[in-house]
Amino acid sequence: MHNKTLAELAQGLQQGDFSSVELTQHFIDRIDTLDKTYNSFVTVTSEQALQQAKQADEQRATGNAQTLTGIPIAQKDIFCTKGVRTSCGSKMLDNFIAPYDANVVEKCNAAGAVLLGKTNMDEFAMGSSNETSFYGPVKNPWDTNAVPGGSSGGSAAAVAARLTPVATATDTGGSIRQPASLCGVTGLKPTYGRVSRFGMIAFASSLDQGGPITRTAEDAAIMLNVMAGFDERDSTSINKDVPDYTAALNDDISGLKIGLPKEYFGEGLDTEVGKAIEAAIKEYETLGAEVKEITLPNSHLAVPTYYVVAPAECSSNLSRFDGVRFGHRCDDPQDLEDLYKRSRGEGFGAEVKRRIMIGTYALSAGYYDAYYLKAQQIRHLISDDFHQAFNDVDVIMGPTSPTTAFGIGEKTDDPVTMYLSDIYTIAVNLAGLPGMSIPAGFAQNKPVGLHLITPAFTEAKLLNIAHRFQQASDWHNQAPADIA
Amino acid sequence: MSWEVVIGLEIHAQLATNSKIFSGASTQFGAEPNTQACVVDLGMPGVLPVLNKQAVNMAIRFGLATNSEITRRSVFARKNYFYPDLPKGYQISQFELPIVGTGELSIHLDDGAEKVVGITRAHLEEDAGKSLHEDFINMTGIDLNRAGTPLLEIVSEPDMRSAKEAVAYAKKIHSIVTYIGICDGNMQEGSFRCDANVSIRPKGQEEYGTRAEIKNINSFRFLEKAINFEIERQIDVIEGGGEVVQETRLYDADKDETRSMRSKEEANDYRYFPDPDLLPVVIDDDDIERVRDELPELPDAKRARFVEAYSLSEADADVITSSRALADYFETVVTEAKGAEAKLCANWVMTDLLGALNKSGQELQDSPVSAAMLGGMLQRIADNTISGKIAKQVFEAMWNGEGDADAVIDSKGLKQMTDTGEIEKIIDDIIADNMAQVEQYRAGKDKVFGFFVGQVMKATQGKANPKQVNELLKTKLSS
Repeated sequence: MHNKTLAELAQGLQQGDFSSVELTQHFIDRIDTLDKTYNSFVTVTSEQALQQAKQADEQRATGNAQTLTGIPIAQKDIFCTKGVRTSCGSKMLDNFIAPYDANVVEKCNAAGAVLLGKTNMDEFAMGSSNETSFYGPVKNPWDTNAVPGGSSGGSAAAVAARLTPVATATDTGGSIRQPASLCGVTGLKPTYGRVSRFGMIAFASSLDQGGPITRTAEDAAIMLNVMAGFDERDSTSINKDVPDYTAALNDDISGLKIGLPKEYFGEGLDTEVGKAIEAAIKEYETLGAEVKEITLPNSHLAVPTYYVVAPAECSSNLSRFDGVRFGHRCDDPQDLEDLYKRSRGEGFGAEVKRRIMIGTYALSAGYYDAYYLKAQQIRHLISDDFHQAFNDVDVIMGPTSPTTAFGIGEKTDDPVTMYLSDIYTIAVNLAGLPGMSIPAGFAQNKPVGLHLITPAFTEAKLLNIAHRFQQASDWHNQAPADIA
Repeated sequence: MSWEVVIGLEIHAQLATNSKIFSGASTQFGAEPNTQACVVDLGMPGVLPVLNKQAVNMAIRFGLATNSEITRRSVFARKNYFYPDLPKGYQISQFELPIVGTGELSIHLDDGAEKVVGITRAHLEEDAGKSLHEDFINMTGIDLNRAGTPLLEIVSEPDMRSAKEAVAYAKKIHSIVTYIGICDGNMQEGSFRCDANVSIRPKGQEEYGTRAEIKNINSFRFLEKAINFEIERQIDVIEGGGEVVQETRLYDADKDETRSMRSKEEANDYRYFPDPDLLPVVIDDDDIERVRDELPELPDAKRARFVEAYSLSEADADVITSSRALADYFETVVTEAKGAEAKLCANWVMTDLLGALNKSGQELQDSPVSAAMLGGMLQRIADNTISGKIAKQVFEAMWNGEGDADAVIDSKGLKQMTDTGEIEKIIDDIIADNMAQVEQYRAGKDKVFGFFVGQVMKATQGKANPKQVNELLKTKLSS
């Protein structure tokens, strides 16, 4: 059962091949036995899941099944789940039971999904390897000595290891696409404003966006149908109709114009990864697409710009974790200052502290213009690069990450090298565009992801382009050797 | 040396919205701690602010009422600092682009002069919660009911030159915000509070002196006292060879002094930046015109109309229009008093009504004598049912809850005596009993006339029409 896609499972439930209780129990059993190795879940909600599954079966019996009725899913531990611990991968929130559901969680619940549990992640989504989690690193199912990527490493690994059919995730600089790439699964970051951020614990508000990690583009379309939509509780969510993202999946893509930014194929790109990407592009040509070299001249500014904007916003967003109302509080505070210093000092990990310090510095009087304001101006330039490019092409493609999954511990002492693993994904967040990573081959026996970028609010087209590739290739059906 | 005082005010007016500025929680005052704080007000992980449109409309109303510029695209910014009653670790405020830009308003000084005071800006922001230090041993309680309450911070130019001017300006702002219904103006509950920036400079010097900011003054009386104390303090410091330091000071009403709270060196770097959770507030001409249409008559216009339409003196009009509630009360009295002169109505409102309220320590809205009741009584003066003197008795009875004027006049038998024959008979008896005084009067001692009036009034228990009594007495005494 666990090798079936979400679409296949929904059909199986519909046909009565198995019940939701059976399906849910199957995934719970897999988590119990396999996740000791992968550490992809922080919290497993077995009892609640079986309860929901039972209700789902009853609902289906009455003929009122929704899109996800009875489908087990996992939520990244960044989404608030009422009555369930929501840790955000941090000691700071190790004791935090959310009093409300995030919009994404509400929508999944309303669609009938069964919650298997909360997935592991880099602390407060700050990391590219899942090594900053308070709950320990997640192991890549393709190579347990390697990282799964981050920050949604738990979601990507859980889907790759078939511990859940799909998982939710978030992407601030590549946190959906990079782990999807490193774990050989499909990840979709929608346009900024497409999925509500209400109840999604903020890292960098102007960049954060929720989306699904799935096995296929078709499953991603089904998930986006559930997750997307205007939410009046999020002022940055866009009031725009949600189309049926599955409707155009099979549209013909002959004549599709693919742009390959020369900046994405230069220095730093692993040769074997580059070859896999070239082969994938060839596949698109056989499907009738035209390929064109383009330029995104400000690409080299994306990483430095991001590492001003994101830390600046996070330094303010994380101020609420002060030990006063919820979360970690130090023992026996002597006075207010002591309460703040020790609660935050003990509650946050090193990477989070590093970014709070960078952000605080960038916003300080006397530095604001030189850093934050300048970064915002460059952000416009990066955005303009994409607008220019989309005058000539329909989709921009390249590698999702310059390398395949790197070894656990390999980059932890060198934050800059770590930050560069998001070099191709970060600009997409700065421009607010939709992006996807789909499995496109292997290098060093580890998955390679193809990165697809389209204009704002063209997720239907993006999914169509990804789906057509998956119809013509088999990479997305590959499973790690231990799994099967 | 002679000193010139320079004062600028920052006024925080709590906006009278039903819900908070960024959440749906109620803004009602006085609820049990933390019962009016939702997940957004508590700054829970993952929550987001959504701007209250009513607050935006109120800010526009204020801008229009003070002829200020309305910013077409204003931006919310985060002011970052740690404090236990500030749940998010930042206050959402406006920094570079406030919703209301420069404007001005004129104030009336005691000597009758008018002075124009510039408004620098007015911006929207959220209030913090409260730290409760009583009732907790070695701990501090936090009440977040007030957190997220909308405030309009109104910043003046440093145009005031005395405490009296500052008070006149603060009162003017108070009357405007209450007139246009954006603030209840309740200073005890903190709905309207002032920070005063005070500095002094040698007369004739253009450059400003170093200022001290006195925070959170919650009455006009304290505002005047705090500024005057501060002026004296600064003069003493400078004349004693010292320098005024830029700092924040608190006014202690019990000791009538200001005390240093923190100096500039200890001030926070607030690291303002645009709040990425909120879109810029875009206001177009239609929005402005819609708000303009809802705008009620403003204090200056009302004052001018009262002088014109009711022939009130400027001074009386000032008092009557000092609050919208009082002006409305007065206009209802005039309407209900059918035929009584507006001047008479104004006198009763200013002297008797305000006097009684003052004595009992009540607010206008709690007055036992409604405008309709007072108007009804004045109508009885106008139609000669009672005299002005008897009316004092009627008013007192109404105040004590004995019913409206007609009921009081009836039950107490206060109806004026207008039957000439009856009054003549009484006068005749009095003349007969007091021949000595009659002789004095006829000998030219006019003062004795008052004695006779008094006797008649006493005999009629004040119910005789004074005008009639005068006329009849004159005739009878002369004959």
